[in-house]
Amino acid sequence: MSKTVTTEPTRRDFLYIATASVGAVGAAAVAWPIISSMNPDASVLAMSSTEVDLTPIAEGQIITVKWQGKPVFISHRTKKEIQEAENVKLSELPDPQPDSARVKKGKEEWLVVIGICTHLGCVPLGHEGEYGGWFCPCHGSVYDTSGRIRKGPAPLNLALPPYEFTSDKAIKIG
Amino acid sequence: MSHSNYQPKNSVLAWIERRLPIFGFMHGSFVAYPVPRNLNYWWTFGGILSFMLGVQIITGVVLVMHYTPTSLEAFNSVEKIMRDVNYGWLLRYIHANGASMFFLAVYIHIFRGLYYGSYKEPREVLWILGVIIFILMMATAFMGYVLPWGQMSFWAATVITNLFSAIPVFGKSITQFLWGGYSVDEPTLQRFFALHYLLPFMIAGVVVLHIWALHHVGQGNPAGIDVKSDRDTVPFTPYATVKDNFALICFMILFAWFVFYIPNYLGHPDNYIPANPLQTPPHIVPEWYFLPFYAILRAIPNKLLGVVALFSSIIVLAFLPWLDTSKVRSARFRPLYKQFFWVLVVTCVGLGYLGSQPAEGIYVIVARILTAYYFLHFLVILPVLGYFETPKPLPKSISEPVLGKSGVAVGIGARAPRKN
Repeated sequence: MSKTVTTEPTRRDFLYIATASVGAVGAAAVAWPIISSMNPDASVLAMSSTEVDLTPIAEGQIITVKWQGKPVFISHRTKKEIQEAENVKLSELPDPQPDSARVKKGKEEWLVVIGICTHLGCVPLGHEGEYGGWFCPCHGSVYDTSGRIRKGPAPLNLALPPYEFTSDKAIKIG
Repeated sequence: MSHSNYQPKNSVLAWIERRLPIFGFMHGSFVAYPVPRNLNYWWTFGGILSFMLGVQIITGVVLVMHYTPTSLEAFNSVEKIMRDVNYGWLLRYIHANGASMFFLAVYIHIFRGLYYGSYKEPREVLWILGVIIFILMMATAFMGYVLPWGQMSFWAATVITNLFSAIPVFGKSITQFLWGGYSVDEPTLQRFFALHYLLPFMIAGVVVLHIWALHHVGQGNPAGIDVKSDRDTVPFTPYATVKDNFALICFMILFAWFVFYIPNYLGHPDNYIPANPLQTPPHIVPEWYFLPFYAILRAIPNKLLGVVALFSSIIVLAFLPWLDTSKVRSARFRPLYKQFFWVLVVTCVGLGYLGSQPAEGIYVIVARILTAYYFLHFLVILPVLGYFETPKPLPKSISEPVLGKSGVAVGIGARAPRKN
């Protein structure tokens, strides 16, 4: 057997590497649309906002509306519930956030949160649990009247959807 | 690979054999193939599992002919299968209970491997392929459970896909990618349906590799020692074929009992309620075969660590060949390991029970202890045990305890054909 000792890459090595590189780029180019097609499509993105009339919601009532396929809780909080939410020491909270950061200024009676437990995505039950907010039946997370996590395995407060008041008694979520 | 010089007598078959040696291959693999003569009934579950894969694929393909994978029609089409389609109830009950039987058999098969050290040199790749099959089975079973689009289907899909939201930074985008939307919805159902149809064939592919590796290194056996001569083996047919078939029939009796007498025993009534994205059932639990892993997930109070523990509890199995430092394969000759093995069995069954109970009070505490023990077994006890345990003396050969030292068969048994 004859030995060929090459100190530098040959032109053939270059061709191998170039061919493999072009092949890899080609494979990636083919994979891109296949993978991308699994992302949320245009029709899903188009249904990205929901408008809600708040007039029929009585004080103390929580309603659930659907936004982007997810439940959104709209809670018309009583004075007592607002006070409870505002009077909590931040140091007691696993995910510290003042109530004022979770509602619109001057509209403290309206709490709008995404109704999905931040643990594993179940829908918590309203007016349940020891803090009078929400209780998740799946793994026992407890939320207060501001939708903040107080006890249980969930790591975060109930998320806030982007929303704005389109009039005094109507909001647009999304 | 070849264990025979088989030549078909029929001239047409012989003509084919010269161009594609498939009959010789089949004969070498399933007729003349030498199996250790001391295999017990725990070795029949490989055959049972192949049968279950076939059952699931055949019933599944027929069910698909009547199923509609849309969020509006999925639930109704499953009800239509139950009420209107000829024998639809039978096909669906076979398929649904078949999944449970498949897992029952695979768990026995895995514990067989743990007891007899089936993962040890030279069967490491064989074992890892088995772990891959197990993971594919879990993915397939989970996605199949989502298809009827009942309450349990929907919320199982929600909870399990949300496991990925625990991943730092990319969690949210990954879950939205899995869902094809902002929550579990029709796009999720449709991709799960596509994958549920695909994965069984991928399982079949890995099963081929699993059996290939098995036939390459040869089967293990209850004594855990290597085959040393033809005296240690018998031909696959009739010995293993008959034994496998007998065990299969016994297994089918159990299977039939579930299908015909208690078809909904292992299911949840909530799954006969159509999916409602705005209401979670009060008590959600996975199917029984996921309960031990579910208990591990819930035992850990931190979301990310819980998910990591859940996946680690499965992945750790793949490293078993290197975690177990003992050179002796079979627990028969490992007095200490044998005891730890049974403690592990009790731990896994215990975790299964705890997974079905609400996550509160004493249940959580016990689940934490058992979860800790589960990992302790694999990560500490097994590596250390190999150094401290004094194994019992191994027999000189597989045939010695059966045939005596003279090597003369005592009445029964036939020798496998000489290897070529």
